[in-house]
Parts: sequence; structure tokens; C-alpha cells
Amino acid sequence: MKTLKILSFLFISTLILSSCSSDDDNSEPILEEEVITTLNVTLTGGSTPVTLNYRDLDPDGSTAPTITVSGALEANTLYTGSITLLNELENPVDNITEEIMEEDDEHQFFYQVGTGLNISNLTYLDFDGNANPLGLNFSFETGDASEGNFTIILRHEPNKEAAGVSDGNIANAGGETDISTTFELEIQ
Amino acid sequence: MRLSFIFLLTGFIAFSQNCEENVTGQVIDFHDGKPLAGATIVVAGPEKYALTDLDGNFSLEGLCEGNYNLQLSHPECETRVVNITIPYQGTLTVRMEHHLEELDQVTVKGSAGIDYVSTQLENRIEKEEIENLSYGSLGDALKTLSGVSSLNTGSSVVKPVIQGLHSSRILIMNNGVRMQDQEWGVEHAPNVDLNTAGSISVIKGASALQYGGDAVAGIVMVEPARIIRKDSLFGNTVITGSTNGRGGTVTSSLTKTKESGWYGTAQGTFKRFGDFETPDYVLNNTGMSEKAGSFRVGLNKFTHGFEAYYSYFNSETGILQASHLGNAEDQFLAINRPRPLVIDDFSYAIENPKQDVSHHLAKAKVFKRISNFGKLEAQYDFQFNNRLEFDVRRGGRGDRPSVDLELTTHTLSADLSYDANINFKANGGLMFRYQNNFANPETGVRRLIPDYDKYDVGVYALGKYFLNDSWIVEGGLRYDYNHLDADKFYRKSLWESRGYDVDFSDIVVEEFGTQLLTNPVFNYHNVSGTLGFSYSFSQDYELMANYSLATRGPNPSELFSEGLHHSAARIEIGDLRFTQEVAHKVSLALSKTSEKFQFTVNPFLNSIDDFILIEPSGVEQTIRGSFQVWDFKQTDALLLGFDLDAKVKLTDQFDYITKFSFVKGYERENENPLILMPPANLSSILQYKNQSLNNLKLGLESNYVFRQNEFPDTNTEIFLPISETTEVIDLSTPPDAYHLMHFNADADFNVFSKSVLSVGLTVTNLFNTSYRDYLNRLRYYADDLGRNIVLRLKINY
Repeated sequence: MKTLKILSFLFISTLILSSCSSDDDNSEPILEEEVITTLNVTLTGGSTPVTLNYRDLDPDGSTAPTITVSGALEANTLYTGSITLLNELENPVDNITEEIMEEDDEHQFFYQVGTGLNISNLTYLDFDGNANPLGLNFSFETGDASEGNFTIILRHEPNKEAAGVSDGNIANAGGETDISTTFELEIQ
Repeated sequence: MRLSFIFLLTGFIAFSQNCEENVTGQVIDFHDGKPLAGATIVVAGPEKYALTDLDGNFSLEGLCEGNYNLQLSHPECETRVVNITIPYQGTLTVRMEHHLEELDQVTVKGSAGIDYVSTQLENRIEKEEIENLSYGSLGDALKTLSGVSSLNTGSSVVKPVIQGLHSSRILIMNNGVRMQDQEWGVEHAPNVDLNTAGSISVIKGASALQYGGDAVAGIVMVEPARIIRKDSLFGNTVITGSTNGRGGTVTSSLTKTKESGWYGTAQGTFKRFGDFETPDYVLNNTGMSEKAGSFRVGLNKFTHGFEAYYSYFNSETGILQASHLGNAEDQFLAINRPRPLVIDDFSYAIENPKQDVSHHLAKAKVFKRISNFGKLEAQYDFQFNNRLEFDVRRGGRGDRPSVDLELTTHTLSADLSYDANINFKANGGLMFRYQNNFANPETGVRRLIPDYDKYDVGVYALGKYFLNDSWIVEGGLRYDYNHLDADKFYRKSLWESRGYDVDFSDIVVEEFGTQLLTNPVFNYHNVSGTLGFSYSFSQDYELMANYSLATRGPNPSELFSEGLHHSAARIEIGDLRFTQEVAHKVSLALSKTSEKFQFTVNPFLNSIDDFILIEPSGVEQTIRGSFQVWDFKQTDALLLGFDLDAKVKLTDQFDYITKFSFVKGYERENENPLILMPPANLSSILQYKNQSLNNLKLGLESNYVFRQNEFPDTNTEIFLPISETTEVIDLSTPPDAYHLMHFNADADFNVFSKSVLSVGLTVTNLFNTSYRDYLNRLRYYADDLGRNIVLRLKINY
């Protein structure tokens, strides 16, 4: 019976200790560190730059993102694009672009031009240490006036050596999708 | 009153003159029904006596009519007194409490009163079979029983499924301690080293109320080896090597016992495997490493005793690289590839994504026998479970886990049993439990399971009545109170879209930008019970019938999930409004045990009110593309099926064993099939045994797993930007039926004095068949394992 008493004493004291400790440290919210909330693309080459913006401050929540395109592209023009990525949930705002640049060998952007949209000669302008494309900077040429989807995909750990991947063909890339967003573009 | 009446009667009848009556009978082991040889039967009064033969049979001759006390004694049993009336019709069967010298009373069954549920079928795996499977997991071993299948994540994360149900619905008792190892998750395997077990048994129902009232599916009892009270030092070592995974296992144990009742055991296991392989390719990043050890010391006197036990378990398991996905688009592409896109060479490295889980278990137990009454036992146990999940992460965060949960549990329990009456046994007890979950915020990923404190109180009473030699009736009741107090962060968007802002506005503590801190507190009152009988007839038949009521409060994952589950590439959403799941299960079992032919047929029906399950409900758009949303929901369900076991002794050396399991599950309201119900499974084994030839055993097994034809269609459509098409993600359609053959050979060699070396060879998937299993969560991405040749060396010393 004595043992029983000791056991119950132990049990009760742990109860008290643990309930005290859990009350002391109030839980802090965790801000998702790896989330990308914002994608900005600046397209220059025409008379005015065109910006594409995707912003979702409720990343896997039900609030819909805002997707905006500042204006139409000009026909038969060479555009250069540059992408910036942000996590606006963190304070100060976290620039994810730098993380991507640091791990350029593990990331690659792909651009999908939808049917109807006259964009051609998509070219990577930046490369990793193995001379494989990254795609934060790119260029393309617009053709005649048209409309269609332009999708930007970022893959983490793609197989950059697979056939066609360094030319921007996603089919054999594999890896994990970090970004997949579609903008509706217009060429005037 | 009654006693004195019997004495009067005895005295009176003893004078009658007919003294030519005979009584024949059998003495059997109370626990396993095996005959006991060498038991002495003394008839008090005339002092006639008899001794049981090798089959436990005895006969007493020349008795006068009347009422007698028979005193039965056996060197290894507690002496018993049985009252009979002469003339006695039929054969007298007396059960004796065997193994009193052994440890089961202290360590295993928790109670001398109700050791096992006798009105419900119990399936058991013995030590030898456990040793044969020492390279596998607890789930792999349980799968050898009919009615038990497994829910896998690859080949190393194996969760048992009993008659169609899993996770929180299965209670796992590890050496008398209820495992608290975050069993709610579908990719959380039990943190138990198979090699600590002396035997493993499954009770497919909630009847073992002593351990909990929420075992809707059943109870798995992992019990240590029995220790005999004599001076001895013994141990064994099992070494295995496998071709598939190119790894192996070493497990070793050493036990010291003393006649005085003192004993001590130390045991350890190490497992290491590299990438497993299908018939055609390597499954990259499926290697695993497991370390486990346990110590046990105690004193086992007849009158009193104690035990202290500690075990540690750690496993690190790689998760198939091809299952690592960013979003539903990746998932669609992966599902529609016949094989993974990238297949690298074999490697032992365990990279992200991976799980790293540790479990500490410590217990202290004391017991005291109360003469002419029974036994009082008290136990305290402590468990600490730390679950780390690592994902492929950006920005050098790969060394930091994405999930870091620390679950601490303290339990104090006491049990009082009554066994002084040979016809009636009872026990009752109390349980107090405190549990704390701490989700480490260092992960930088929102908590999957919130911080919480949980208090449980349980009280139970069980009784078993041996009506006569053929009827046993038993029943029990249990009440549990659960108090759950959580600190949960919700995203405001979900809080509002679920209508929590209306129903639960009072639990909001503080606002943090897009998140809300809430303090949900739940109280659950759970009533569970059981009632059953067992009836033995025609010598070798037994019929058992049991009704059990189980009540289970929703687990933290079902209540609080809300967000991206990275390892499953899906958004999972629980519900604060969930109520308890209440299961009514009726099971029957008819068995025949004769030397030539044995069978058991076990039909069951489990009607579950407010059954909680998770199913795909739609698609959500994020910057990472589309994700499938899986919602937990509550529905009334009905599960029914049967398990069949048969064994035919063909000749002295050949046995044929067959097992068949069949289960169907439906939503009661609309008769929709339930998701992830195990398909029918037929297994047949032809066994050859030759004791004179080095105890040679050969076995050939055929295992046919049918296709699951009844499944809910929960397919969702997504827009695929790459091809600009809308595509169906087919997560519902089960894979085809498959047939596997396995081979097993064992032989013993007396190579050393006093020790036996057993050599075994197992070949699983003999014909290297490619297949996918409906209950493997990675079936979408890759085939299951190809041929595996395992060599086993086992030495007892």
C-alpha cells in the first residue's frame, strides 16, 4: 500500500507540474515561413512596362487570391521579364527571390503559353552554376494581337538534365510544384 | 445458509448404501485448455484418490451416492476444491489455474480475475512466428491473422486494420500499457518493436473493457515472454538478412530468473534497410533504420510482487521520393505515370521526406494477493512520444522538421479482482490519465495538431460466470470521462467559412493578423459495455456470441485539422462539432478443435453511429496550384463480414491451413461504400513437418487479394495548365486483384551443447509479381515490393 501511495503522489505531482508549465507559455501563432504569398512579374520592352501580380494572404485558406495584369502587351515586341517572390505574412516582408537565387540549381521556372496567345521565342536569361536555366529573368517576343493564358510554374528539385527541360519543356522535369499560376494576357 | 444446507444434505446422503458409482473426468489448463498430467484428485471423506494420465484423464471408482468435495492439486497449480454430487452424469472437466509459477499474473494480463475475454474470439501469434518475422513490423505480424489487414505508407509504415477499422479505433496494449503514440494519423505506425513480444493476440471487439472503452475495432495485446520461477539464465539472438532492401535485423535478449521470484530481462533490436525494390525498379528513399531496447526487473512471489519496465523505440523511415508532390497537378501527373519519373540507383541514405519517431515507455507495477478473495494491483506508466516529419524544404530548412509533436502521457490505474469462487470471477478498477501535447513552434510550419491538455478518468467492472462445464457467461461495463483543453490557432477565413464565428465565438482568446487563437474545451462522457456467452458442445465444438458497445470521443486530428498536410499533398479539415462515435458490435464464433480438422468461422456486424472518416470533397486554388481538400465527416456506418480459419491434418507430416477474410462497409443513410475497406483476402498454406529430420518445416503459401469493387467515387477534377485541359484525379479506383506465392523453410541444428541453432529461409513474392495494394497509400505512385529472400539464424542459449 505504501508503494501505491508513493505512486499516486508521483502522479499527482506530475499533474501539477505539467499543468503549471503548460499554462506558463502561451502559444504563439506560427507564421508559415516557406509560403509564397506574392508573385510579381515586370515585363519591359514596350512603351510602358506591364506588371503581373498574384497575391494570396490566406495561402491554403478559402479566401481567393487577387490576380491582376496592369495592361495589354504591344504586338511584335521583344519583352524581358523579371520575377520577384514575396512572403508578405512575415514582418518585415520576406523576399523569397533571394532564397530561389541561392538555390538556383534546385529550382526552375517554366512558362506555358496558352492557345491563341501569340508569344514565341521564350528564352531563359539566367542560369545556375551548372549552366542550366533558372528563369527569374526571361524574354519573349509577342506576335500579332491576340488573347490567352500565360502560366508560370516554379518547380523545386526538377531534373534539369532530363530531355528538353533546359529548353523550357516541363514534360520530363518532375520535382515538386512551388508555384503554378495563370494570367490572362492580351496583345494589342 | 446454503452452505449449511449442503453440509446437512451431504451428511444425510452419505449414509445411503449405493457405493458402486464411478466418476471419470479430465483436468485441463484454465488458460489454454491443454490437458494437465500428474494432477492428484482426492475425495474428501472416503479419502479415495486418483492421478491424471498424460491426457489429463482420471477416474474414481467405488463412490457412494452423495455430495463430495474433490481436492485437486498439481505441482504447478493452485489447489482447488470442487463440489460434486454422485451419481455424476457425463465427464467431469476441471480447469486448473496453471502457470502460477510464471509471470503472466504480474505482467501480462493485468488481472487474475478476467484474464481474457472468453466469449469473443482471440487470435494469437506465438513466439516462434514472431521470431520468423523479426525483420518486419508489428503490423506485418498482425497481418498473418485472419480479419487483420494493414494500411501502409510504403512497406515500412504499417498500421493494423481490424475488420475494416484502424487508427484510434484500435487499442494497442504493450506489456500492460496502453500505447499513446499519436495513433490517429494514417501514416503513423505503432511504435512497438515486434521483438519485445513473447506473444501477440488480437481481440476483435471492444470487450476487453479493462483497458479502454473506445476500441471500436479491437485490441492488440503485445505481451512479453512468460518467465518461470526457477534459477536460470537464458537468452536468444535472431539475425536476419534480406535481399530486398539489402539489410537486416539483429535482435537479442537475455533473461535471469531466480527461484525466489526475482527476475530481470534486457532486450535490444537493431534494423537497417536501404531502398526497397519492386520487380522492375528501385523505390528511391524507402530505406529505414530502427533501434529499440527494453529492460524489465521484478519480483514475482505468489503473494505479492512488482515489476519495473522501460522501453525505448526509435525509427527513421524514408518516404518514397516519387510520392513527394507539390500540388494536385503533380499528383495527377504522378498517378498517370506507369512508374516514377526519376529512378535513381539503390542507396542506404534516408533523405527528406522522412519520419523520425521516438517513443519512451516506463511503467511500475505492484500487486498483492488477498487470500480467499483475489488480487489488488496498481500501475503507473509514463510515455513520451516525439514525432518528427521532415519535408523537402526551401532555403536550407531541410534540417528542421515540418512536424515536431511531443506527446506526454501519465497513467495511474488500479485493479481489484475476485477469484476465490471457482464459478464466478470478477474484477473492477479505476484509471486516471493526463496527457499533454506540445507542438514545437520552431518548425516554421503551422501546427498540424494543437497544443492540448487531456484528462481521462475511467471506471469499470467485469464479471464472468462459469455456469457449468459448457456454459460461460460474462459481462462488463465501463464509464470514461475525457476532458480536452486545447490552444488552437485558426485562420480567420476557415473560422468564418465553417460558421465557427457564429457557434464558437466565445472560445476566441486573441487575434493575430490572419489567425485567431482559440481555446476549445470538450468534455465527453463515454459508456461502453459487453455481454456474451460461450457454449461448448459435442466435445470439440465451441460457440461464442458477444455484443459490445464502444464509445470513442473524436481525436485531436479529427477535431482540429485545418490546413495543408504536406506529406499527403492535400488540405485536411476537421470539425469542432464532432460528437462521439458509438459502435454496437455483435460477433459470433463457431469453432471446432479436433486433431484432424479445426475450423473457426467468425461473422460480425458492427453498426457505428457518427462514424468519422475523411474523404475528398473538392479542390482549392493556391499559388502552388490546385490542392485537393479532404474533409472529415460524420456518418452512420455499418460494417459486416466474416473471417474463416481452417486447418486440416492431411497426413502426419502435411497440414493444410486456409484463411479467408471478408468485410463490407457502408454509410447507413445512402448505402454508399466506405472508403478504404480492405478487399477480400484468401490465404492458403501447405505445410510439411518432419521432427526426425532436424525438425524440418517447409511451407508454401498462396495469397490471393481480391479487387475492392465497392468504393466511393470521390474523384475530383482539376484544370491542368500544362495541357490546358480539365482532368480527373482518380484517387478512388482500386488496383486490380493480385496473387502472391511465398515459401518458408526452417530446420534446427544442435551445433553447440545446450543451445539450438535454427536456420530459416523465407521467400516472399516468389514469382516477383508486380502488384499494387488498395490499402497502400503510395499505390498511386509505384508498385509494391518484389521478391524478397530472407535468411534467418536463430540461436537459443
